[in-house]
Amino acid sequence: MKYLDEYRDARVARGLLAEIAREVRGHWVLMEICGGQTHTIMRYGLDELLPPNLELVHGPGCPVCVTPLETIDKALELAGRPGLILVSYGDMLRVPGSTSDLFTVKAKGGEVRIVYSPTEALKIARQNPDRGVVFLAVGFETTAPANAMAVWQAKKEKIHNFSVLVSHVLVPPAIRALMTSPECRVNGFIAPGHVCTVMGYEEYDGLVRDFRVPIVVGGFEPVDLLESVLMLVRQLEKGEAKAENQYVRSVNYQGNLPAQRVVKEVFEIADQKWRGIGTIPASGLRVRDAYSDYDASRIYGLASITAEEPAECISAKVLQGMKKPTECPAFGLRCTPHNPLGAPMVSSEGACAAYYNYRRQFSVSGSQ
Amino acid sequence: MADKTNSLAQLSCPAPLPVKDTVLLGHGSGGRLSADLLRAIFLPAFRNPVLARLDDQAVVNVNGTRLAMTTDSFVVKPLFFPGGDIGSLAVHGTVNDLAVGGAKPLFLSAAFIIEEGLSMKVLRRVVDSLHAAARVAGVEIVTGDTKVVEQGSGDELFINTTGIGLVPDDVELSADQARPGDKVLLSGSIGEHGIAILAQREGLEFECPVESDSAALHELVADMLAASREIRCMRDPTRGGVSSTLNEIAEQSRVGIRLEESAIPIREEVRGACEMLGLDPLYVANEGKLIAIVAPEAVDVLLAAMRANPLGRKAQVVGTVVEAASPIVTIRTALGTSRIVDMLTGDQLPRIC
Repeated sequence: MKYLDEYRDARVARGLLAEIAREVRGHWVLMEICGGQTHTIMRYGLDELLPPNLELVHGPGCPVCVTPLETIDKALELAGRPGLILVSYGDMLRVPGSTSDLFTVKAKGGEVRIVYSPTEALKIARQNPDRGVVFLAVGFETTAPANAMAVWQAKKEKIHNFSVLVSHVLVPPAIRALMTSPECRVNGFIAPGHVCTVMGYEEYDGLVRDFRVPIVVGGFEPVDLLESVLMLVRQLEKGEAKAENQYVRSVNYQGNLPAQRVVKEVFEIADQKWRGIGTIPASGLRVRDAYSDYDASRIYGLASITAEEPAECISAKVLQGMKKPTECPAFGLRCTPHNPLGAPMVSSEGACAAYYNYRRQFSVSGSQ
Repeated sequence: MADKTNSLAQLSCPAPLPVKDTVLLGHGSGGRLSADLLRAIFLPAFRNPVLARLDDQAVVNVNGTRLAMTTDSFVVKPLFFPGGDIGSLAVHGTVNDLAVGGAKPLFLSAAFIIEEGLSMKVLRRVVDSLHAAARVAGVEIVTGDTKVVEQGSGDELFINTTGIGLVPDDVELSADQARPGDKVLLSGSIGEHGIAILAQREGLEFECPVESDSAALHELVADMLAASREIRCMRDPTRGGVSSTLNEIAEQSRVGIRLEESAIPIREEVRGACEMLGLDPLYVANEGKLIAIVAPEAVDVLLAAMRANPLGRKAQVVGTVVEAASPIVTIRTALGTSRIVDMLTGDQLPRIC
């Protein structure tokens, strides 16, 4: 398949691995931001193929994992209200809220529907004019344009029964927060290719300058990730810190400007809670006042729902690359995808789930 | 900023949810939740040695005759899909569950649970299709039942079929017979039924040239049994896909199974759809494929027999049974690394991005 097979080619991958091994001298800790990248690394065992002095740690880029507990609680509350239809991306349904999850609310009679795109949610609103239809609009910069577009379209078409429950997070402020943390060990970042397809990588220039840390925008296939690692190693060995782009087939410096425009039209930057991490200033998006009629949090009076996250699992440290999932005493024993203690074990993109699904045989036995 | 980041490491994640007290859709997915439901509710209630084998069919001895019996309910939505419909599926599903036990399928029952308001035209189309599929499969519908439920109490139409077949005396297939060194054969490309259905689902519609592989496998099985009796077990990887079926075999035989990723046939269109939806074809349902665990010395003759049948033309050796401390299925990637192929917890969920 074009654009896939050549980036999964074992021969090319081996060539890159050999080059990495030849060029790396120091001990470097590299973080991939996106959960999709973590997934590929685990699925193909890329970390096992790298030289031992290159350590990959996994970042906070799993939208399911970082959506705050209170957003899930708000979604659960809405899904349980008679007459209301809650529409969501599939993998949000299993994320535990304070007392339940959307699957369970659905089983008990709540109307929850799964879609692949917010425009499908808008379609459901058109088909059910006498019912409120709320789309659970979560994710990074990647999903923001489609979510913004749905709101913009709803306003244009005067569809008044449609709204969005928003929990949008942004990558650059998260990298800034990570780099400012005294415990940060990261020497270089693989930035998320899908986010940068929308946003470009201009906004990483400031991070590179402020923290002298190299950032390479990377794709999601094994060859993409190995090439990104090689580009980071080359910068690190030369003492450079630049924002570079490996994912050239999809990303350009400025990104998708029309997509950015619709995001700016509907959303504005706001402080945002990250599940497992806490509030990071100016790290999220909220619905602008001009579109407040489409903001589910306001129209359904959900502002009073808050939730504090009890300290139970070590996901904060996992999501910041301070710990590997396998270093958690509960990993694979008390905490599994079947019975998750924390969000990173819930989503297929969560770091803990990736380790569990692909590696537990090696890791539970302690050989990692 | 510094204050906030200082506290980053202390903040943490949520406590576990209590054990599920409600049946969820995932309990019907054929994955780990389904297995839990069996173990927690059904097996203890009906405990007996035939059921305990957990094969796709029960084989019972009646006055010296070995009867295979199986039952399956069909709730597919939409009722009509590319490559089949609920009627043909209701025949193929039950015929295949008999066939993979080595049985010659003979008789079927058909029970219809109909939601009031269903158009007669639709019902007739389904019944005609069911009849046609039964004729092709050489089985007769010899008994049946009809129930009509109020609107909202069903979803258009559900069908249950029960099948009875005869197992030859010298055929003994069971999922607990896989031994280290055995080979895993797969009769063809995977994921087609699941993708064909998914492409039609409300909210997920996409244009997709994939047709369901729904087909009756009894002739393929008969060809294989005629070629060699060195077959340990057969399964049709329906709900939960190849991964669930192999995990069940590994568990029942207390062995490991090692797959070769590059050997597993997957059609380009299915791969493309799976990439787009973020699904793994190993977990997607099939309705016209079988997996056979066979003795290594029988591989060549069985592959030849399978490939001579139109339903087994793309048959491949896809893996090997190995010794393992605990039952596990792993797959070797093109890069030479290995990963676990686990049973799904619930339904495979479409990813966000």
